[in-house]
Amino acid sequence: MAEIAYWEAIRRAHDEEMANDRMVIAMGEDIGVAGGTYKATLGLYDKYGEERVIDTPISENSYTGIGIGASMVGMRPIIEIMSINFALLALDTLVNAAAKIRYMSGGRAQCPIVMRTPGGTAHQLAAQHSARLARMFMSTSGLRVVTPRGPIDAYGMLKSAVRCNDPVIIIEHEQMYNLKEEVPDEEFFRPLEGAEIVREGSDITLVGYNFSVHLCLEAAKRLEADGINAEVLDLRSLKPLDRETIRKSVEKTHRVLIAEEDEAPVGVGAEIMALINEDCFFALDAQPVRIHAADVPVPYNARLEKAAIPSAEDVYQGALKVMGKI
Amino acid sequence: MNDADKKRLLKEMIFFRRFEDRTFEAYMERKIGGFLHLYSGQEAVATGVLEKAMLGKGTDNDYVITGYRDHVHALKAGAPAREVMAELYGKETGSSRGRGGSMHIFDPSVNFMGGYALVGQPFPLAAGLAMGCKHKGSKQIAICFLGDGANNQGTFHETMNMAKVWNLPVLFVCENNGYAIGTHIDRSTAVKDQYKRVCAYDMEASQHDGMDIETVMEAAEKAIDFVRSGKGPYFIEFMTYRFRGHSMSDAKGYRTREEELEWEKRDPIKIFSKRLIEQGLITEDDIKAMEKDIDDEIENDIIKFSEESPEPKVEDLHKYVLDDDPDPRWIGPLQQ
Repeated sequence: MAEIAYWEAIRRAHDEEMANDRMVIAMGEDIGVAGGTYKATLGLYDKYGEERVIDTPISENSYTGIGIGASMVGMRPIIEIMSINFALLALDTLVNAAAKIRYMSGGRAQCPIVMRTPGGTAHQLAAQHSARLARMFMSTSGLRVVTPRGPIDAYGMLKSAVRCNDPVIIIEHEQMYNLKEEVPDEEFFRPLEGAEIVREGSDITLVGYNFSVHLCLEAAKRLEADGINAEVLDLRSLKPLDRETIRKSVEKTHRVLIAEEDEAPVGVGAEIMALINEDCFFALDAQPVRIHAADVPVPYNARLEKAAIPSAEDVYQGALKVMGKI
Repeated sequence: MNDADKKRLLKEMIFFRRFEDRTFEAYMERKIGGFLHLYSGQEAVATGVLEKAMLGKGTDNDYVITGYRDHVHALKAGAPAREVMAELYGKETGSSRGRGGSMHIFDPSVNFMGGYALVGQPFPLAAGLAMGCKHKGSKQIAICFLGDGANNQGTFHETMNMAKVWNLPVLFVCENNGYAIGTHIDRSTAVKDQYKRVCAYDMEASQHDGMDIETVMEAAEKAIDFVRSGKGPYFIEFMTYRFRGHSMSDAKGYRTREEELEWEKRDPIKIFSKRLIEQGLITEDDIKAMEKDIDDEIENDIIKFSEESPEPKVEDLHKYVLDDDPDPRWIGPLQQ
């Protein structure tokens, strides 16, 4: 057991999967010779060569499409897109092709690609590097969308994603690449499906995914000091959603807050609220609350940026509201 | 080419024309829904190019991929005609189990990797198929058929660049029929000769008559040999014409009857029939008998099969969205 950073966990998963199966390749901008913007493929170019750790030109739609084509003939490409903003350029091949090929071929073809991309805000990267598009991918049939919150999931879910026969979108986060966690030395896999209760509680359920799980955990600590025992639920998979675990938790706590770094409209929180309405409306003792980003392009100015993006303080205040304390 | 092959190829092209004509009738009878884009007029291209490809070996075939005008490419690649027609009928026995329709014929059992509605999307997919061939060290290549209209997509430029940089075994076949849906190439495209556009990527390319199957085959053989020998991608352009509209809803108001008649004189089936008659290989009566055999087969076997096949079950609506039999080690669910 060693404490490793999120980026090291991703790198280790790449390394093991590439060693295990020569059909696994990595593709993306600057991932080879340069070692990757987030170091997720550091050293792998030297180890596996340029045919398997492929530096691509800045052509997101077509290199993603090339990965998809390769996956249709048995390869297992792990495609890195440097920022989820740039994944918008690859929507045609991801949404129109990868997500639909199995279905429109009547199950006769498949696209087992993995697309990894950071999809959150960092610090003052401004509007074109700060998009959070989880809600867009989770509305696409035929994709899996997962959001590892720490090194254990980052490692174990990437390994599962490589072996899974579906196209998997892994949404990482710029502010998590250096986040550390004790990770077992022996190989393991983490399933792509299933929400996880990462902190047990009885008074309120704080639902998060990706980086917002950490905001929920921080808020839960503060709530504890106020005598409120919060449960924290990490969705882990946005598509498919684990509505059963959400229902069970809400039926236990009777109160719920959803924390998302995405904007609210047609978002993850909206979807979770709808599911709660459908599945356990009568279990609720209070109106649910969504904590989310402001519905604006992310501003450059640090003060404005901070105001646009939810914080642990926002989650804490929101929870107090659900609890009727303010 | 021996005499038997010549006669076979003529018969194949006539079959493809009659198959498309019959889908037109079925569409008018509302047996076929959605969009229907017919290949009539361009038969010499798919037939001639794929005649020179590695086919007949199932999943060891060359890979073939194309746009939405895909019936004939699928048929020539080896997809059973019954299944292609049944797909148009939306039946469970169809090539894509009734889930794809006319624009999305798939038959991976013969490496026909699909028809795609997004113009330009098959470019990168084809390069990916080629990357797979290269990675496996196989002699297979990928062959991508698209129209001149697709060349104005960004994927054209992105993919030509990567195919060349990575030396991928892919043959891009441009079927230049002069129209991007209903807009003439002169009004949409700065460079008229499509093969010249890939000079920008230092790619080998050439342009040929696409109405004469023997010309097509000769050119395709050279291009395929080039790609298969590991020299990298090749772009081959064939000048051709579609005799029908872009799709069934097309009134063809964008082109003149004179232009159509000019091209109809160069009908690939007429050209090849005439040549075989002149060479004494076949008579007008033989061709009539051939047509009758084809029509009988289409009606009594292919259409009958499609009519009688079952529709997909409504309870199977959610099948094929994701892997229907996933490995729980990777998928879960998570044990709490």
